[in-house]
Amino acid sequence: MRRVQADERKERRGRLKVFLGYASRVGKSLRMFDEGRRRKARGEDAVVGALQSGVTPDIQEILSRLEVVPSITIRHAGRTYDVMDMPALFRRHPQVCLIDGLAYDNPPGSRNPKRWQDVDELLDRGISVITAVNLQHIHEQQDQVEAITGRRAANSIPQEFLHEADEIEVVDAPPDALLDRTGGGNMPDPRRLAELRELALLLAADVVDRKLQEYLDAHGVAARPGAQERILVCLTPRSNAAEMLQSGLRNKLRFHGALLVAYVEQPNVRPQDREKLEKHLAMAREMSAEVHCLQGADFVGAILAFAHEQRITQLFLGHTGSPGRSWLVRSPLDRLIDAAESFDVRLFPHGGSK
Amino acid sequence: MSDIVKGHLKVYLGYAAGVGKTYRMLEEAQEMRQKGVDIVIAYFEPHGRKETIAKVEGFEMVPRRVLEYAGSQFEEMDTEAVLRRKPAVAVVDEFAHTNVPGSERVKRWQDVDAILKAGIDVLTTMNVQHLESLNDQVFHATGIRVRETVPDWVVDEADELVFVDLTPGALRNRLERGVVYAQDKARRAMENFFTETNLTALREMALRHTAHEVEEKLDAAASAAETATRAGLPGAASGSAQPAGRTERILICLTGRPSSAILIRRGKRVADYLHAECLAVHVGEEAADREAVERHMTFARNLRIETHTITGSDVPRAVVEFARSRGVTQIFTGRSAPLPWWRRYRETIVQRLVRQGRDMQITIVAERRQR
Repeated sequence: MRRVQADERKERRGRLKVFLGYASRVGKSLRMFDEGRRRKARGEDAVVGALQSGVTPDIQEILSRLEVVPSITIRHAGRTYDVMDMPALFRRHPQVCLIDGLAYDNPPGSRNPKRWQDVDELLDRGISVITAVNLQHIHEQQDQVEAITGRRAANSIPQEFLHEADEIEVVDAPPDALLDRTGGGNMPDPRRLAELRELALLLAADVVDRKLQEYLDAHGVAARPGAQERILVCLTPRSNAAEMLQSGLRNKLRFHGALLVAYVEQPNVRPQDREKLEKHLAMAREMSAEVHCLQGADFVGAILAFAHEQRITQLFLGHTGSPGRSWLVRSPLDRLIDAAESFDVRLFPHGGSK
Repeated sequence: MSDIVKGHLKVYLGYAAGVGKTYRMLEEAQEMRQKGVDIVIAYFEPHGRKETIAKVEGFEMVPRRVLEYAGSQFEEMDTEAVLRRKPAVAVVDEFAHTNVPGSERVKRWQDVDAILKAGIDVLTTMNVQHLESLNDQVFHATGIRVRETVPDWVVDEADELVFVDLTPGALRNRLERGVVYAQDKARRAMENFFTETNLTALREMALRHTAHEVEEKLDAAASAAETATRAGLPGAASGSAQPAGRTERILICLTGRPSSAILIRRGKRVADYLHAECLAVHVGEEAADREAVERHMTFARNLRIETHTITGSDVPRAVVEFARSRGVTQIFTGRSAPLPWWRRYRETIVQRLVRQGRDMQITIVAERRQR
């Protein structure tokens, strides 16, 4: 029932498309307005709802072919602010509204404190929105951006807003091109720009990944490993946990993947083993790995089911090196390797002797 | 010859046909032309796309070369003509293309390399699924085995990589409107390759790959700077240097079995990401699959993996001894063929490898066959 209501709401709601750039002047606004121009040429009713200051000649050229709903100017505490004219947009009620500067803060006393909330309202009224935002204005990314540039933007949007968008499109360009275009004034240096670029690409990849999973879930398709490396470290009291976890962490960092840790709850664990295991798990948590406790009498079955559900691409296991097998009975390790169709199994010798 | 500075290579990377790679490349080429840069189109594939074709207006085009093969005529880039013309910049569409048999070089990226070596800058386009290291992942995600591949190192060596994005929804709209292919071909494409899930998966791969390339360039610049600092101030920087991450060494156990190709790609991909060295070894005896082994060895060498052939009657022992002698930290192997139940008292090669190599990590690579 709730699902049906949600679907209906979604149907009435306008569609949101966001252009994401890693720095100012990668060309987001141009791409956004150009899409508006093309849509209008195809017969869609597209208007401009908000502009940013400093319109370049190529954008000006596109704007001359589009209808602009003028913003209203508000004076507050000695400053002037441009605010979207919401009532005018509601009356005009276009199919598509082009809104630059998604992270803009409205002045106190406005209908909504933030422009993204204005956008949300337009969407609720069935108006589709195409907008543009910079990495530095995504709230959850701001710590990392500040670590790179030493600066933090005052205004931001929640990352969740990006996840809820119907589409996001990345506007990419090499750092040199940005510096050529702007002469480099007030811009981070090429190395910092490259770091921001990487961050934006990875953010987009995560957004895309989540979209794919939602789509697969909605269509009842079983999860399958995707483009992201997901590493599962299986720990027991005897594992060489330090080496396995360090290696897992290194893989996670290098691949920008996910690190998960699992152990299978066993009956009658000796206190000293329990203690060792707890130490291993504490180490895992310190590396901010996701720690999971699995239930199930069958160790192999529990791990396999979890690995599939979690779309694991690499499974780390400890081994003693001794066969540990009996006549015609496959050892747990053999069974795991046999069943591992979609992930690699990496075996780590139990430590201590070396 | 050797004092010529190699040309600058810029790759426009997309995730499918129709996202606008060629369009974006030509747009930038036009900007350069208007600034007075001596730029020519060495190869361009119009695919009947009007907006893209409009972008080649005003360019000098180097005529294609016509080749005769199996009774048909094929057109290829005339690399020698481009070299004779010697512009400052050459535009070469479709980097991953395989030339018709009888051409000077097998692959277009080899033609591009010849152009770069003559000191000419090149702009080119390719899709992420043509990257060798992603071949199995692409197959696993989409069910499609891409035949035309480019070794990763070729793309790694590009000076610039730009990701050209378009949302899968917008791409499917373009297909529906007949912008990318003719209507009937478009309909078939949308049902097969251009599904929402396939496109989304490929797009994510392209985003991640571009991010990876950006990071690799940053790392390379950082280590070059560090080396320079060390050279300038002996011993000064060594205290603060990062802990050496280059100690890992991966050994791929190569056989004549078809799954070896998957093993090679996967091993090399992991090695590249971990900045590890990568070796491959084959324990040679069975003459039966000599040819397949040789093919895999060549494949590995083309990906810039150092290959070795060793002898020994006990295969796992020979591999482990070789690994120890070379300071290997991780052995990559495929799964053994399952033994019939009446032979299960014997250990498989993987089991023996695990038992012999108690002091090293062993990775059993999945074949990622099922979708």
